[in-house]
Amino acid sequence: MHEYSVAQALMDRIESEVTARGATAVHRICLRIGDASGVEPELLASAFAILKDRTVCQAAALVIERVPVRWACPMCSREIPAGDVLRCSACGAAARLAGGDEIVLAQLELEVP
Amino acid sequence: MCDTCGCGDPHLVPVEVQEKILSVNDRQAAHNRAHFAAHGVLAINLMGSPGSGKTAVLEATARSFAGQYRVRAIAGDLETDRDAERLRRAGIPTRAITTGSACHLDAEMVHHALHHDHLHETDVLFVENVGNLVCPAVYDLGQAFNVVALAVTEGEDKPLKYPVMFRRADLVLLTKVDLLPHLDISIEAITDALARVMPVPHAIPISARTGEGLAAWFEWLTTRASQARTQTGDGHGHGHGHHHHDPA
Repeated sequence: MHEYSVAQALMDRIESEVTARGATAVHRICLRIGDASGVEPELLASAFAILKDRTVCQAAALVIERVPVRWACPMCSREIPAGDVLRCSACGAAARLAGGDEIVLAQLELEVP
Repeated sequence: MCDTCGCGDPHLVPVEVQEKILSVNDRQAAHNRAHFAAHGVLAINLMGSPGSGKTAVLEATARSFAGQYRVRAIAGDLETDRDAERLRRAGIPTRAITTGSACHLDAEMVHHALHHDHLHETDVLFVENVGNLVCPAVYDLGQAFNVVALAVTEGEDKPLKYPVMFRRADLVLLTKVDLLPHLDISIEAITDALARVMPVPHAIPISARTGEGLAAWFEWLTTRASQARTQTGDGHGHGHGHHHHDPA
């Protein structure tokens, strides 16, 4: 369950932002998690719920935007549906992942006195 | 305090971060990668399920390949250093990382293990990851290549079930092919599944028991080990000290 390590890394990153800005609480945490990132949003949310207890994030809402997997041809930009052989049917080039592997802290909403 | 109307409400400040959550690990991995490059070391992150034959592949590699190249290993396991002992018996100096409950190695653990080792006396460093087809794929360790061991006994659809692991693989070693006559499994079905999750699918069928396919695996390794060696400029064994920089 690597989601715990991801949740811990997230907590560390938020705490450094909170310290840098002298915030007293975190109201909202927005993440972007790709469907091909290897991180399960539900597991990440449960791991974070355990970690945030008695921290500056205790009352924070965790909002996770899921990003679908997109494969595309690097030559002609043609999309290749997930599940297909990852080779462009038009120009034969190997497909490139155009989205869906992100594990990103996008925005925070901080309470600053 | 709100300065607009003096109502006493605190300010809510939106902050755009837009940063990878694992950026600390990524910076540590970049630091490891720089170490490997400076010493002309080819670092391989060897992943696969428990029992997929990772240790057996390395033992077979030690038998034939280690005569020409100085091979070392770091072996990650939840408990025990049995894999490390097996590798040492096969002639590969190995450091064990016992992760306890952690299901994967991260760049910091590898960096810590590197500090006890002699990179300047190494051509190829294998990092044998914790047996697991999920978690290790998420963490960059600073390796040059990801190699995934997939035993033919694991079934034809494993690449489709664990696409993240196989998408990140540079090479898949299809192990235990000596068992194929006893199984209803075809190599073609596995390579078709790989082509749906790996943009540049590359698989080498091998058997550590019979030696089948090992020559192709050694050729793959040799090509990359010599590239790693020449890319340092003056070859391996140069006299640079260990320059340590904390990750920024």
